[in-house]
Amino acid sequence: MKYLDEFSDPDLAAGLLEQIHASVTRPWALMEVCGGQTHSIIRHGIDQLLPDGIEMIHGPGCPVCVTPLETIDRALAIAAQPDVIFCSFGDMLRVPGSGRDLFTVRSEGGDVRVVYSPLDAVRLARENPDREVVFFGIGFETTAPANAMTVRQARRLGLRNFSLLVSHVLVPPAIAAIMEAPRCRVQAFLAAGHVCSVMGTGEYPPLAAKYRVPIVVTGFEPLDILEGVRQAVGQLEAGRHEVRNAYPRAVRDEGNPAAMAMLRDVFEVTDRTWRGIGMIPGSGWRLAERYREFDAEHRFAVGDVRTAESPLCRSGEVLQGLLKPDECAAFGTRCTPRNPLGATMVSSEGACAAYYAYRRLS
Amino acid sequence: MCLAVPGRVLSVVETDGTRMAEVDFGGVRKDVCLEYVPDATVGEYVIVHVGFAIQRLDEESAIRTLAGFARLGLLNEEFGERGTP
Repeated sequence: MKYLDEFSDPDLAAGLLEQIHASVTRPWALMEVCGGQTHSIIRHGIDQLLPDGIEMIHGPGCPVCVTPLETIDRALAIAAQPDVIFCSFGDMLRVPGSGRDLFTVRSEGGDVRVVYSPLDAVRLARENPDREVVFFGIGFETTAPANAMTVRQARRLGLRNFSLLVSHVLVPPAIAAIMEAPRCRVQAFLAAGHVCSVMGTGEYPPLAAKYRVPIVVTGFEPLDILEGVRQAVGQLEAGRHEVRNAYPRAVRDEGNPAAMAMLRDVFEVTDRTWRGIGMIPGSGWRLAERYREFDAEHRFAVGDVRTAESPLCRSGEVLQGLLKPDECAAFGTRCTPRNPLGATMVSSEGACAAYYAYRRLS
Repeated sequence: MCLAVPGRVLSVVETDGTRMAEVDFGGVRKDVCLEYVPDATVGEYVIVHVGFAIQRLDEESAIRTLAGFARLGLLNEEFGERGTP
């Protein structure tokens, strides 16, 4: 219980842990889908506070980590072009492509900028009419509405120098793919809370029924995660497999209708390759045909890239919950946040980076 | 990128046809797009992700969450120079 005093309400945390310990009669493997939850679990040592038989498997819920190598390479090729201002969230700058990263492109003279909001990229396009402004549109359902808005804004403002390099991924198809994988050990999911703030919970009951797996919508704070684990373990022990919302303060069953309407207008579902995992059918969004003029892949001729993943990197197994970060031979030695071999070490929400930051670093 | 931070709406303005707000995150102020939570009004709390409000949040939960984020240094991480969403 060494970490309990770090909880915002240690008494409440102790009570939840007591209930979890009292209810467990056998081992269970739970997957937290979201990288933010992984980060919180490792930071607070939640996995170490749980009963020995309860294993937290870290899921693929870090969009920076799962952005496919060929998309990173396309981003690098676009960012290196002389008239381009390439905008991205900060984590993307250090993600290694086949040969280099966006930081390297910047050091070589490329105009690569970090933005807080995608709307900042639209503003840059307005302020620099003689330059091409490209925003790297990655993220799950939480982020996609923001990126979708940039396209609508660009059209409304009549901007012809703005485009989006799109690599959006969707959680429910990934849950299906994880359950279909031959070596799958996951018996319950803690679903990502803010994904559900946008999408609601409607896509989950068919998955819970088909795979007979409890799905508990869970927040990101330590107490939220303990409550998610409590509800998931309670269902497993009772032989149930239902969808529960353990994050009602931020998640309504219907999600956010305004954001959903925008997503349906701007994007269409497509097959998407996840870095380290492979193609998951119907697991991504691309710009709908009527917004094709804003598609950076259409605007820049970068379709033909040759990719080369580091042979030492095992982040794909980490992303699928088949390997813990510290079980990789390169962890903390050949692969560190300063010199990452793969994306799970780069992103602050990647499982390898979380392990490196909070634990097992000699 | 799942990190989303509660903040209090300080003012609402229409900018280029888009509903925007100035939002206070425990002392840090940012411009936030309100298009997805169009009914949010001054004084209310919203959950903000990459500059967009995605849901409302009750005041008590928001204040508790903000205090926790501040204690862990997550507000610096979110709004600091690194720009990590």
